[in-house]
Amino acid sequence: MGSSLSVKNISKGFGINKALVDVSLNIKPGEFVSLLGPSGCGKSTLLRIIAGLLNADQGDVALNDASILGLRPNERNIAMVFQNYALYPHMSVHDNIATPLMMSSFPFWARQPLIRNFWPGNRSTNLSIDEKVLSAAKGLQIEMLLDRKPSQLSGGQRQRVALARAMVRSPAVFLMDEPLSNLDAKLRIQIREELSQLHKSLGATFLYVTHDQTEALTLSDRVAVMDAGQVLQFDTPQNLYQKPANLTVAQFIGSPQINCWEMKADSLGRLNQGEWLVQGNLQLSVNSKVTLALRPEQIQVSLNASEFSQVVDLRVKARVTRLENHGPEWIFWAEPTTGKPIPLIVRASTKSMPKISVGDILWLGWLLQDCLIFDPQGQRLDINLIPGSQA
Amino acid sequence: MKSNQNDAEFRLAWIGMGLAAPAGFLLAILYVLPLLCLLLLSLTDYELGATTLRWLGTENFQRAWQDPVFIRSLKNTLVYMSIVIPGGVLLSLLVALLIHQRVRSRSFYEVIYFLPVTSTMIAMATVWQFLLHPKLGFINAALKAVGLGETAFITDPSWVIPSLALIGLWQMIGFNMIIYLAGLSQIPQEIYEAAEVDGVHAGWERFIHITWPMLTPTTLFVVVTTCISAFKVFDTVLALTQGKSQSEVVLYAIYLEGFQYFKMGYAAALTLIFLALIFAASSIQLLKMDKKAHYA
Repeated sequence: MGSSLSVKNISKGFGINKALVDVSLNIKPGEFVSLLGPSGCGKSTLLRIIAGLLNADQGDVALNDASILGLRPNERNIAMVFQNYALYPHMSVHDNIATPLMMSSFPFWARQPLIRNFWPGNRSTNLSIDEKVLSAAKGLQIEMLLDRKPSQLSGGQRQRVALARAMVRSPAVFLMDEPLSNLDAKLRIQIREELSQLHKSLGATFLYVTHDQTEALTLSDRVAVMDAGQVLQFDTPQNLYQKPANLTVAQFIGSPQINCWEMKADSLGRLNQGEWLVQGNLQLSVNSKVTLALRPEQIQVSLNASEFSQVVDLRVKARVTRLENHGPEWIFWAEPTTGKPIPLIVRASTKSMPKISVGDILWLGWLLQDCLIFDPQGQRLDINLIPGSQA
Repeated sequence: MKSNQNDAEFRLAWIGMGLAAPAGFLLAILYVLPLLCLLLLSLTDYELGATTLRWLGTENFQRAWQDPVFIRSLKNTLVYMSIVIPGGVLLSLLVALLIHQRVRSRSFYEVIYFLPVTSTMIAMATVWQFLLHPKLGFINAALKAVGLGETAFITDPSWVIPSLALIGLWQMIGFNMIIYLAGLSQIPQEIYEAAEVDGVHAGWERFIHITWPMLTPTTLFVVVTTCISAFKVFDTVLALTQGKSQSEVVLYAIYLEGFQYFKMGYAAALTLIFLALIFAASSIQLLKMDKKAHYA
């Protein structure tokens, strides 16, 4: 039932602004894919081009390998759920859900006001529409709301009506434009779960636009991280986190943000941060700037230099500057006492945390194999690092 | 404890009444009292400057229904309204729809259509008098050019009310258009996008399924205000015809009775009838359309 969706070399500009630059994506049938990026990165523009609400300057969109660019939005076998629900406020829930069916089931003249009451055959078509509306509504547990107007519904109910309107004509692809952003935190988690269930039960292809990485990472089979009109990386949530293609993805994915150090390559091919040296199979010119990055949870905490519970390759002495208790875990900021005072963000589970407070001095240590390394252009280098020798 | 609470409530009530008093006073002086005076006056034969007055009861009201001038003025006003209300609503909506999508020229058209609203009707009436003149007027010249005979728009009794209505329309459209433009810009773009995905893409269906129902509150406002201002037509009649060629409208008939013939009692009765009609018409519209209107 789900279709493959491929986006080929799409470019789109608004005046002098480039919204999308040569974007390509291949989405498998039945896959749940998210477009993740900050606002203005072009993710909504891409969704609207796929829906047929915007025309691309270049490129092609294909459903099951057949181009759909020449088709109207309603002919594309897609459905769209909008950020502000976009329900028709003057229609009942039933009529909202029935609209796509009304438009597709009746010829032009048979659906015009007044005429539609007398058009032969309309009655039986209406009955079959009512049946489909009811079953879509039942699927989302809103069948008791069918006579209400959207203004009489809560945010979560409106979102369900919008989903029902999308579901009712069984499209091959669902396009969703930040559908949860107007809901409160608790409801968001609940509807997120329901979306996931819906995806499984319908088997349709889902393309989901969001700026919330938690939504993207928890819901999706694969996530396309976008920035400035380009897809930076299109991969599984796990790979995005553990093997980000470049520094921008590494910094965008993960909360709290990844720790970064700028290092300079010296004449011996080692990387020098000032305080410590590392080396590896690097082919870098002297003085080129490289970034070393480390997730906050990879940092070990110890009250003195020799008592780390696990082996560490590098260690620094640092002063705690800020402390946050998140219940099961602590997040704190610590400034190294020597060298550049760039604060490190550390995330540690409450169980393994020594008791500390702001101003305390402690030791932080980590393994080089956990570090990510990015070349001067920001691309990740797949290299094993070892501590550098002074000689 | 209980009495403390009562005291607090009592004080609050007094403070509330005290704060509402100035507005209530003004409302009484400016609206309620004049209306009561009007009601009393309408039951007498008071004439401006007269030293005596006689109590007539409802005689003035009975007389109004037999007064050929007043009946004609009612008919004229109804004909005027039947042209100006649908025309003023639908044409202004059409203009608003046409210029809403313009990007650069929108403000230009807004100014053009709004100019008649800001101009003085008495001054503009002389321009219209000239335009509609049987011999000198541009409109008759144009009609003649396409082979139609000349028409005395202002002096022919069968043409005078439609001509006045045309001028009324000309003046009304700009104002209504601005209201409709405001209403149109309130419709979220997402709704049109959703409609597009649902298969509503023909211009006519977009209008009938989205634009028109979403504009119901705007239309309600426009219909009521147009209705009231059409009912109150006066200045064009005074400037162009002075009621000649059987062109009296209700307000002009009242003006004649009150300020030309000084029959204040009778004029007061006519005014009350006029107010009752406006009130009835507006209430019916509000009640009927408010149910359909959706307020987002």
